Amino acid sequence: MTRRALWMLAAGALVCTYTLSAAPQTSAAPEWLVTRADEGRSGGQLVVIERAEPRTLNPVIAVDAPSKDVIARTTADLIHFDRETQQPQPALARSWTASPDGRHFTLSLRRGIRFSDGEPFDADDVLFSFRVYQDEKVGSPQRDQLIVGEKPMAVRKIDEYTVQVDLAEPYAVGERLFDSLAMLPRHLLDRPYTEGRLPQLWGLGTAPQAIAGLGPFRLREHVVGQRMVLERNPFYWKTDRAGHHLPYLDRVVFTFVPSEDAQAVRFQSGDADVTTRLSAANFDVLFRDRGGRNYDLLDLGPGLDYTFLFFNQNSLAADAPAPVARARAWFRQLAFRQAVSLAIDREAIVRLVYKGRAVPLWGHVPPGNKLWVNRTLAKPPRSVEQARARLRMAGFSWNAAGMLMDRDGQPVAFTIVTNTGNTERNQIATIIQDDLRQLGIAVNVAALELRALLDRLLNTHDYEACVLGLGGSDGDPSNEMNVWLSSGGTHLWNPGQPQPGTAWEAEIDTLMRRQLVIRDMQERKRLYDRVQALVAENLPIISLVSPNVLVGVTKGLGNLRPTIFDHHALWNVEELFWRGRPSGAAR
Amino acid sequence: MRRGRKGALAALAVLYLFAIFAGFLAPYDPAAQARDLAFSPPSRQHVLGTDGFGRDQLSRLLYGARISLLAGPLGAAISIAGAVLLGGAAGFFGGWIDALIMRTGELFVAVPWFYLLFAVRMAMPLRVEPAQAFLMILALVALVGWARPARLIRGVVLSARTRDYVVAARSLGASNVHLLRRHVLPQLIGVTLTQAALLAPQYILAEATLSFFGLGVGEPVPSWGNMLAVLQRYDVLSSYWWMFIPAAALVAIVLLYSMLADPLHDGAGGR
Repeated sequence: MTRRALWMLAAGALVCTYTLSAAPQTSAAPEWLVTRADEGRSGGQLVVIERAEPRTLNPVIAVDAPSKDVIARTTADLIHFDRETQQPQPALARSWTASPDGRHFTLSLRRGIRFSDGEPFDADDVLFSFRVYQDEKVGSPQRDQLIVGEKPMAVRKIDEYTVQVDLAEPYAVGERLFDSLAMLPRHLLDRPYTEGRLPQLWGLGTAPQAIAGLGPFRLREHVVGQRMVLERNPFYWKTDRAGHHLPYLDRVVFTFVPSEDAQAVRFQSGDADVTTRLSAANFDVLFRDRGGRNYDLLDLGPGLDYTFLFFNQNSLAADAPAPVARARAWFRQLAFRQAVSLAIDREAIVRLVYKGRAVPLWGHVPPGNKLWVNRTLAKPPRSVEQARARLRMAGFSWNAAGMLMDRDGQPVAFTIVTNTGNTERNQIATIIQDDLRQLGIAVNVAALELRALLDRLLNTHDYEACVLGLGGSDGDPSNEMNVWLSSGGTHLWNPGQPQPGTAWEAEIDTLMRRQLVIRDMQERKRLYDRVQALVAENLPIISLVSPNVLVGVTKGLGNLRPTIFDHHALWNVEELFWRGRPSGAAR
Repeated sequence: MRRGRKGALAALAVLYLFAIFAGFLAPYDPAAQARDLAFSPPSRQHVLGTDGFGRDQLSRLLYGARISLLAGPLGAAISIAGAVLLGGAAGFFGGWIDALIMRTGELFVAVPWFYLLFAVRMAMPLRVEPAQAFLMILALVALVGWARPARLIRGVVLSARTRDYVVAARSLGASNVHLLRRHVLPQLIGVTLTQAALLAPQYILAEATLSFFGLGVGEPVPSWGNMLAVLQRYDVLSSYWWMFIPAAALVAIVLLYSMLADPLHDGAGGR
């Protein structure tokens, strides 16, 4: 899965700063970044619930969200996007200039700063990092975003602390391409890279001393299957206004708790300080039982994830069995998809599955994505009557028992697949099952293990309908190129088409390609509004609901400014501190 | 003793009648969602409350009994059939046949079948009726469960075969069929009935376990197992006590079966 296909459960582990660049100083003195955050006090540890063990600590190959959550605390990038303002902020680059067409960037690096092992950082590390990420042999998932117009970007060293980056074509993403691209220590990785061993490096067994980064924390200990302990990086390059070195916390402990219910229990019992994936149901339980307990619960409102139903519209092999061909013909009819969409009770999903902590969707961009959502889309209310009328006009009919029959007199029935372990999606499928029963459609629900499900969706195409979610990253349409381009590998309903199969898919292709190469935000928004309208009209995916982001945090954590962007609570981990006595769970 | 058995038998019969006549007794369609009444506590409209979709718990309990109560005798019957066939053969013929069957049995007991079930469920076509898929899984579980009862049956057959009067009958030229019918099978009846009564509740519980891991009956068909599966959710576990009712039903039925098993053994085995 590429960076642009970071769907499922939110990904893009992005650390953001809220910063002012330090005034230029003499070349000898380190150029610290002075944050605007409240001055805090040092000490203590923060225990954070992570739903799985990271697979690697190597920023070059990490794709899973747990790995990215940890790596984002141990590494740093050149330019950060602030998750509150969605504006670029200086990071390892203390300043930069961009040409008007967005093709040329000149970055001035912060002088005198060091990796977590004490070695200095300069332009050679930046050049090395870009070389690694762009190397096809390394196979980094970040490579995609660094190849513009099918050419890698040229990165040149102007002097020890100045770097020039040239793109082959204009690129709408602009400074965002530097965001979350971890700068690598050349002194540690140059040899393994030339020997071709870099992708295997920094696995879970690695000694902490063998890993170095520019993030606020560094690895201290990893207990297999239980926790990963990070300690304060004494060389970190940010200070507060009083000149105290960040981070404030001594340690950040990621503790692995696989099930969402176990996470809620562990958090409630005080075993952990931060949990960010609470379900609405458990959020309500924790809220009800909060009396006398030392935690705060935060409903951050609609997030960036969206859950939807889609039908298999892949083209058929010539020898496909008749039942498969028949079902595929229903799924390809717009009237059928419209009827299904009209019959689904989105408000019931919000109420029953999310206890009201979600918003119903009629377009694929959730309202949480304020910059990009098209607010003019129609929101047709649920109507079984209209759904039936739509089906009747398309040649469907009902037999004596009230079952829906297609044009050839065959009963309409299909199976919705979703992944095991996702309670919400299974509940949604059960609600849809009952809604469609009112149209006379017999729906089966089958839960599959996630990997088996993805294999069916993307490789074998052996399924009928699916409830799935996408989201994460930063909400920019450039992250979903792979989903909306008809040639994309995650163009779920019909991936990897050599030519767009329908006129509207062709139009979306044009719009998506165009928005990627212009810099004018208003024009990009206009283009993406049209994409949203086309998706809502043609319903390749039937958008259902966008859940709120629900976070639980131990009381007394200073500078906590949770956002709907990943990582909801830790994005400014270097600024977090314990008010009063250094505390935290499992002291 | 006898009174306990009679009572248990009568209670079980009543429960099975409930399951059979679920269609008459259930006040609602077990799949009908009254969405404004999700997780509502027991009331006059919904005597045992509703689940997370507003479905009537009493109706689901009654319909669910069909699956759960069927799983017991069916699973037990399949296991016992396999056990009588293989264990009986091992005991009766002895020698290398005995060794082969009993070693195979040990292998069957040692293999963790649960993981196999996941694989089987994955390999099944997607469009299978929920009840059908469940019966296939249950049959599989029951089939691999032959080994434990087979040991016991082998022991009984072995001891019957070596009794003096059986040896005498054999020496007088009685055929295998005659020996089996006249002397061995009567000995087995008590043991198999007891084993069946002991195994049946195990398969009822197996249904609950399978559903707990998502291998049981699919929505919207109710079973006691999939009704209990929602207790995996912390919010349900800690908030809605009436969702435990199927657990009480399960406990009751398992107790009734074990009450049935004890006197059966005394009554039939000693004859």
